[in-house]
Amino acid sequence: MSRQRASRWLNTPAIVALFLWSIIPLVMTVWFTFRRYNLMEPDRVGFDGLANYRYLLSDPTLFQAVFNTVVLVGAVLAITIGLGTLLAILFDQEFFGRGIARVLVLAPFFIMPTVSALLWKNMMMHPDNGFLAFVFRSIGLKPIDWFAVAPLTSIIIIVSWQWLPFAFLTLLTAVQSLDSERKEAARMDGAGPIAMFRYIIWPHLGRAIAATTMIESIFLLGIFAEIYVTTSGGPGFASTNLSFLIYRYALMEYDIGGASVAALVAVVLANLLALFLMRSFARNLDT
Amino acid sequence: MAASNKITRKLAMTAVAWLVALVIAFPALWLILTSFKSETEAISRVPHLFFTPTLTNYAAVQQQASYLHFAANSVIVSVGSTLFALLFAIPSAYTMAFAPTKSTRSTLLWMLSTKMMPPVGALVPVYLIFRDLSLLDTRTGLLLVDALANLPILIWMLYTFFKEVPREVLEAGRMDGAGPLRELWNLLLPLSLPGIVSTSLLAIILAWNEAFWSLTLTAAKAAPLTAFIASFSSPEGLFYAKLSAASTMAIAPILILGWLSQKQLVRGLTFGAVK
Amino acid sequence: MATVELKQIRKSYGDHEIIRGIDLTLNDQELTVFVGPSGCGKSTLLRLIAGLEDIDSGDLLIDSLRVNDIAPARRGLALVFQSYALYPHMNVAENMSFSMKLAGISKPERDAKVLEAARILHLEDLLDRKPKDLSGGQRQRVAIGRAIVRNPKVFLFDEPLSNLDAALRVRMRLELTTLHRKLAATMIYVTHDQVEAMTMADRIVVLNAGRVEQVGTPMELYRTPRNLFVAGFIGSPKMNFLPATLLADPHAHTVGIRPEHIGVADEGLPATVQLVEHLGSESYIHAQLVTGEPITLRLNGESTLTPDQTIHLTFDPQHVHRFDHEGNAIEPVHKPQLKNSQL
Repeated sequence: MSRQRASRWLNTPAIVALFLWSIIPLVMTVWFTFRRYNLMEPDRVGFDGLANYRYLLSDPTLFQAVFNTVVLVGAVLAITIGLGTLLAILFDQEFFGRGIARVLVLAPFFIMPTVSALLWKNMMMHPDNGFLAFVFRSIGLKPIDWFAVAPLTSIIIIVSWQWLPFAFLTLLTAVQSLDSERKEAARMDGAGPIAMFRYIIWPHLGRAIAATTMIESIFLLGIFAEIYVTTSGGPGFASTNLSFLIYRYALMEYDIGGASVAALVAVVLANLLALFLMRSFARNLDT
Repeated sequence: MAASNKITRKLAMTAVAWLVALVIAFPALWLILTSFKSETEAISRVPHLFFTPTLTNYAAVQQQASYLHFAANSVIVSVGSTLFALLFAIPSAYTMAFAPTKSTRSTLLWMLSTKMMPPVGALVPVYLIFRDLSLLDTRTGLLLVDALANLPILIWMLYTFFKEVPREVLEAGRMDGAGPLRELWNLLLPLSLPGIVSTSLLAIILAWNEAFWSLTLTAAKAAPLTAFIASFSSPEGLFYAKLSAASTMAIAPILILGWLSQKQLVRGLTFGAVK
Repeated sequence: MATVELKQIRKSYGDHEIIRGIDLTLNDQELTVFVGPSGCGKSTLLRLIAGLEDIDSGDLLIDSLRVNDIAPARRGLALVFQSYALYPHMNVAENMSFSMKLAGISKPERDAKVLEAARILHLEDLLDRKPKDLSGGQRQRVAIGRAIVRNPKVFLFDEPLSNLDAALRVRMRLELTTLHRKLAATMIYVTHDQVEAMTMADRIVVLNAGRVEQVGTPMELYRTPRNLFVAGFIGSPKMNFLPATLLADPHAHTVGIRPEHIGVADEGLPATVQLVEHLGSESYIHAQLVTGEPITLRLNGESTLTPDQTIHLTFDPQHVHRFDHEGNAIEPVHKPQLKNSQL
């Protein structure tokens, strides 16, 4: 069809744009891993071989950052998907004012990360004026200085709060897409709430949970603003994840070579995740 | 007997669900509440639930010219990047939805995959390129980056919406004598307008809340609200109530837009994996 | 004048050849029906004529002009889609006038033509409504109106009645036939329903697996099917096919006899009744021959036959169809006997 042939060029601008957007940074990053380049000493630039790799891969901070990243992503996933599933099942039931309650549950996702982080830092987790401090005092406990004592945990709490609505919404969509006829058939067969969950709801949710897990982890790898605004990765590197580490190398220590190696590690991790995701998406595009 | 059981059950569900919803929303509600307090009330160790609300904080924030400047940046960057991305996304989605080829599927998958990389992976190159092109701390630069970051999602969502337009309706248009431009303007756009609107809303939300590039690529001139609020992270100059007012104003538009576009959120961010 | 000629038309999708070299001539003002089982290519052929798909090889001529490379809208055709394909965001009047608007025709003239078509189709009261507020039958009429307004040389219909319920289908069949006569237009009509084909067509084109099996008037196809496929496709209930050993005929491989041409008598081919279907006006007797083959008869009125009853069947020799090993008809069944004096 001449229509078909003519319109193929319509796709070109987007393809070119995305190609440049994905290839140029990657190529440049790899290039920089082999260079010595510090933004504060722009003249002392040169080929450095594998020095950056050697330096960084022997640096315990890189491994700590990777470890923190894995812990962060894992914990947030567990919390959001676990609670999200329960919430989804709860909100699948009819009750008064369900629409408004739903809006309340969704709210945290739409709040910009910097506001969320400051909100938790100042009003919830502040050891003197924070609401949690008030709660602790009311039950006779000493308030915790969250960001000093449990920095990574604090970040986990904040990020989980932000992403719970996402898991909730996707899982609720999946639960509601469950054919009501199947549920009724199960009820006719005598299934109580536990059997219903185990044999009908859980298998159906399996696919949605898998998809949500993979998509959330892609976004969670890049958590940055919350750390930037609250702990700046500290104390020490206790709450530094891979994203923040790269930022720190690049724009606080101005070490471009080091930052690039860390960035490559991040890219490799992300690609592994993406590989799994793409396989399941491909299956979706066929249906 | 069964009827009253059902009502009791419903009441119990309502109580539990509302309790959970309020607990989850509490921090946000607390923020909004605080914005109407005086500073002493806001900072008090014992939280005040009842107080005389005041609008002085909002007035103070709005009088600060810089706040309006940053708010304008947010608006310009989020709306601008969305419109700019639509210029690329609509033709792409159109081609792939209505003139698919053997490579369409893999092209679409590849486009989605470009969104999979954490932005930090591109930080160094983008920062350096922007520095050399004098795009650092410019609205144009941030707009470009946000557009590229959101482009895969826009294309994907528009693709799914376009596919919902029945092919035969467009063929009837061809039989009636509509060329490609007429087809787009008189048939495709009106029929997929709700889809285009909700896609745009989602893109605006994502760009408005975007907090990586806005923190790393901007400073005083082009900073949007995300970065402006972040500048209050250090302990000096903390005025809780005013900060709450500024924050509430910063999040209010998005809370509304988000409420309007819930369903599209699922479609867009799960790439159709969850229906 | 609106004649359509197809010369060796071929179309493939990938490796799969859908249309395998079709030659056809469709005459002016005739209603030609393309009929055949699913997958035979009838809709594809229609879309090739319409211009919605490209012809791989061969020539398509409309009024002796080769139109292979001419855009659909400029071939002088109008297509009524199976799903009607009305523009959901426009009302009935806008749906019908869209093509004229694209052609730059003035509003008063557009309105006049829409009104004219609306009157023919009884749509005058519905002009303001949107498609979602119309019934299936009404939507279909709007789709037809959209076609009429273009004053095409040829109307194309793609299974227009298949989305309607049975009663409506019968009514619309009559309306379409009347419309054909009124407009005196050339029409090409695609259906899988042989009843529609038989009742509406001036000529029928029977298609199978991308090839033309036979072209003729309904009665020609009924009386002289050229092969097993056409014989079995036209006529309901289906023609009975039996091995030719039942009749002493060395040349034939299969014989065919239509259920309505079988009689019950005191003497004849024995068969056991399996099932009787009573329709009131007629009865279908499903029986089994001694040799095991199933056979169906059609008898007028209410039948008193019962299952397991033995009956004797007679065939009218004029209506026995004979087919050779390849399934082709052997000789015309009803050959007028020429008396020597008429030579």
